[in-house]
Amino acid sequence: MKFTLSWLKEHLDTDASVEALVHTMTMIGIEVENVENPALKYRPFTAARVVEARQHPNADKLQVCQVDTVQGRLEIVCGALNARAGLVTIFAPIGTYIPGTGITLEPKPVRGVVSNGMLCSEGELELGGDLFGLREKNYPEWRARADQLGLDQAKAITDGGIAELPNDIAVGAPLAQILEADDPVFDIEVTPNRPDWLGVMGIARDLAAAGMGKLITRPAPTIKGKFVSPISVGTDDPGACMVFGGRYIRGVKNGPSPEWLQRRLRAIGLRPRSALVDVTNFLTFDRARPLHVYDADKVRGHLRARLGRGETFKALDGETYEATPDMCVIADDSGVLGFGGVMGGESTGCTESTVNVLIEAAVFDNLRTFRTGRMTGINSDARYRNERGIDPASCAPGLELATKLILEFCGGEPSDIILAGEIPAPLAAVTFDPERVKKLAGISVPAAKSKTILKALGFEVSADEAKKLVVQPPSWRRDVEGPADLVEEVARIVGYDELPANAPPRSANYRPAAASVGESRLRIARRALAAAGYQEAVTWSFCRRAHAELFGGGAGALALANPIAPDLDCMRPTALINLLIAAQRNSDRGHRDARLFEAGPAYLGDQDGDQIRTVAAVWQPAPQRHWKGSTPPDIFDVKRDCLAALAALGAPTSGLQTQDADKPFWRPGRSAVLKLGNKALATFGEIHPRTLATLGVDAPALAFEILVDAVPAPRAKATRAKPPLDMNALMPLTRDFAFIVEEKARAADLVRAVLGAEKGLIADVCLFDVYRGQGVPEGKKSLAIEVTLQPKEKTLTDAEIEAVSGKIVQAAAQATGAQLRA
Amino acid sequence: MDAMTTDISALERDLLARIDAASDEAALEGVRVEALGKQGAISNLMRTLGQMSAEQRQEMGPKLNGLKDRVGEAVVVKKAGLAEAALEAKLKAEAVDVTLPAAPARTGSIHPISRVMEEMALIFGEMGFRLEEGPDIETDFNNFTALNFPPQHPARDMHDTFFFAPDAKGERKLLRTHTSPVQVRTMLSQKPPIRMICQGRTYRSDSDATHTPMFHQTEGLVIDETTSMADLKGVLMAFVKAYFEVDDVEVRFRPHFFPFTEPSAEMDVRCDRSGGQLKIGQGKDWLEILGCGMVHPNVIRNCGLDPERYQGYAFGMGVDRLAMLKYGMTDLRPFFEGDVRWLRHYGFSPYLLPGLAAGLDG
Repeated sequence: MKFTLSWLKEHLDTDASVEALVHTMTMIGIEVENVENPALKYRPFTAARVVEARQHPNADKLQVCQVDTVQGRLEIVCGALNARAGLVTIFAPIGTYIPGTGITLEPKPVRGVVSNGMLCSEGELELGGDLFGLREKNYPEWRARADQLGLDQAKAITDGGIAELPNDIAVGAPLAQILEADDPVFDIEVTPNRPDWLGVMGIARDLAAAGMGKLITRPAPTIKGKFVSPISVGTDDPGACMVFGGRYIRGVKNGPSPEWLQRRLRAIGLRPRSALVDVTNFLTFDRARPLHVYDADKVRGHLRARLGRGETFKALDGETYEATPDMCVIADDSGVLGFGGVMGGESTGCTESTVNVLIEAAVFDNLRTFRTGRMTGINSDARYRNERGIDPASCAPGLELATKLILEFCGGEPSDIILAGEIPAPLAAVTFDPERVKKLAGISVPAAKSKTILKALGFEVSADEAKKLVVQPPSWRRDVEGPADLVEEVARIVGYDELPANAPPRSANYRPAAASVGESRLRIARRALAAAGYQEAVTWSFCRRAHAELFGGGAGALALANPIAPDLDCMRPTALINLLIAAQRNSDRGHRDARLFEAGPAYLGDQDGDQIRTVAAVWQPAPQRHWKGSTPPDIFDVKRDCLAALAALGAPTSGLQTQDADKPFWRPGRSAVLKLGNKALATFGEIHPRTLATLGVDAPALAFEILVDAVPAPRAKATRAKPPLDMNALMPLTRDFAFIVEEKARAADLVRAVLGAEKGLIADVCLFDVYRGQGVPEGKKSLAIEVTLQPKEKTLTDAEIEAVSGKIVQAAAQATGAQLRA
Repeated sequence: MDAMTTDISALERDLLARIDAASDEAALEGVRVEALGKQGAISNLMRTLGQMSAEQRQEMGPKLNGLKDRVGEAVVVKKAGLAEAALEAKLKAEAVDVTLPAAPARTGSIHPISRVMEEMALIFGEMGFRLEEGPDIETDFNNFTALNFPPQHPARDMHDTFFFAPDAKGERKLLRTHTSPVQVRTMLSQKPPIRMICQGRTYRSDSDATHTPMFHQTEGLVIDETTSMADLKGVLMAFVKAYFEVDDVEVRFRPHFFPFTEPSAEMDVRCDRSGGQLKIGQGKDWLEILGCGMVHPNVIRNCGLDPERYQGYAFGMGVDRLAMLKYGMTDLRPFFEGDVRWLRHYGFSPYLLPGLAAGLDG
């Protein structure tokens, strides 16, 4: 929403500076995006008169002009077709920055002739259009000139020329003065609750309430109708169009609107069209009251607001639209004319020759207006206001104001006003205890002051018996429904800066913030994995549905109905997908050996509880090279990191069972799931090469995923104290054993059996060698273990050690068929 | 007697010379055995003492014992010298090029979003807020209706919200567009006084230089019978100081509009953009950092509480944006791209824990 300072002053008697106005607007809730005085931009530009225009000696399409300028007579090279003797145009001296092209003028010869400045077009000044409507008149001359040069006439006209100013403008007159543009333009952002701020009057009202001056109230006139309108208006769907007001004016003479109005519209970026149309645009911005004018002679029968029936019509923007049954249209006997509250139609638009007009002022359902606007893509000033909500009491005053201006500009004779439909009832009055301000906003405001503020904002305030106020919101404030809204009105006018700030409570008075166990664990996992060399990434919660299916996801309930991109159309069943793709992206950029992890959600369904906390990690290893030699990273590297992270999370890692991974995206034979009982805590290994190929990721890729919520919760303890420390004074001792087992035997089975051979004594079993070859029969392998014995009460005798060794050999044989290696 | 004395002197000279000449421990041991071994020269001489007269023994005893001690001492000294030399030689032989590289120890990094969420939880934790949680996939009620979004509010429209297909009952779930549904869940499940924050992923169907379809928020909620906007101001001013780690931050509260709060406000901080760098706290410009307000009576009612009795405030801020403001990232999109260069540069060491006592930099 844009308006100028002079426009604001039509409604606000004020001496306040632009800075003070901006500050006050900001502090009462009107967000000022920008304030610009166009005069600053136009300062170097002045009027100049071309005295002579001659063919450039070295260029067909250029002319060398003698120009009377603010700097005297200058020779200027110009390529515009309309540069000709007698033309008054805009001059820019050397050194001027041209906003439209971003170029600063330098004294440079143009094909051998020095140009002492530049003659400018509107476009070069970012003014747009034909400022004074003078060009069109001169098109015949342009065409002749184009013929002279052998150029295409139409193209010569569309490419434009330099600005044409009225002949009576004196040489040297500043452009800002010519345009009367020394008038700051405010550009504001209006929150959806305040459609009344989409009119300058509404802004003035709030500024006056905030002490920025006095509101100038100009009530709408009452203009008596001279006859009954020959065209009636009505609403067939009071849900879509609540009120439809109309007035017929006969015998108007359309033409350009007065200069002051054109200037005002131009200043906010609107193109003046004709008096009839300009009046509607003016009131749209002045009073937030969109209007529409029909050429009454083009209307067939009567005007009705109704829902669309699938018809098509041509709107004022020249486009053809379909009116669906969800849209509100204005129709006559011939069919749809336009979209109610969004855009009128071409067939009944006003032109220079319009003699009889019908003015429409209506109230449309704002949500339907919004949907119509969105479906058609039309962004009009009418839609912008109607979808936010029009003051329902504004139809008759809007028609009166428009009538007054049209009679003034175009003459004519008005009919009676017709108001069809029913004006929505005003919002209920609010019973308001002024003490509420203190309770909710924390500041004491005397009741009398609250009352003054509310009245200044247009509320009617009367006193109830129990010191409570009865506050009636004005018709344009449909956002106010209860005491909290009134507290906001008082507080924002008093100023949020005035509210005290109470010191926050210190933690000593409270329990410290308790994050859940799951959240704390994610924090621990982050530190553990970052310390282990992995970099934490945060990737999308979505992925490609086809990829999700590869990883056991992709259920219909998790597919987005409106994805933002085809590769982000489904909730991820695991973070591994996005991490693998990210690792490959790094590799493609030449950054290999990425180790990435993510501690975040995976989605197994759309019900509460289906979102699980996971820690996923990916390592796409590059060959490790070191002068001491190194082995390629393999699944035992990620197994180590996975177990370390599990241990950090408090999982009992020594009691875990290692079984073959059961999901098809893991590489068979090189992946495993770690289980506690029958509950899977984590999976690690290589990703299946087929899966990687589908993802476009190079093999091998190592990975693991921890299901954080599956790790048993720590037991609640009565005390933070740790149990007493039991330090055994006796030396532990170790014995080595080498066993021959079948190739298919599992190391973990052997180790578990040995650990259990003599529970009180065997403290640790460490598998330190796997050997195949000489001395070991084909199809078998040798596993060597170091067993640590921890005596409890006394040093072990040789006989006791022998006895334990025997049990170890026996247990190993029983569990795995192992034979002690000779 | 003199002849014997002369022999002893000669023997001593000979032995000491040979000890001195021994080139290694084995040679030295040979000399020692020859002199002091069971059949050694000195041992043999010592044995002759028994056959001597008292006078002879009195004279020769000390001489022989002196010889034995001196030779023995010489062996010990020589042995120590040889060991020392051997060690020196070994050290010299085993010297390496110490400039060779060690095997690389890789330390990873923690993502700025995780870091900033922890900082925020810590600061609000100090002020007595509990961290509550809720899922990303939400109901229309929790995300919109309960929060006083009128039916068919444009924000519910496909334009902003990610929806899932409707279920058999015609209800469609959505991806939460803010973390406020956690506030709703908390009010529905707990009794006031409530003092909570929530953090997490949020989603809007929006993608350009400053918007990503997924982003993060931290929100707070206090519900009791007396908390006012003055309390809200105090808490947020304290938060801003602690978060940006500056003593003096000028802030302002401006009226704004949110469906779920009344009165509503946005909070701006002073900032300085001169010199191409953003400094928070002082300066000519204002920077909007969060939205807040007093919880709308309709929201309190929708969550099963009596708005005549209960009141309180809510606030919400963008984690990603506040991370950028504090830590100087200029683009949002790389937050989610997993580029190792970005993660290394903007990530945090796992060993630097945010803490209020030592400053957030830990």
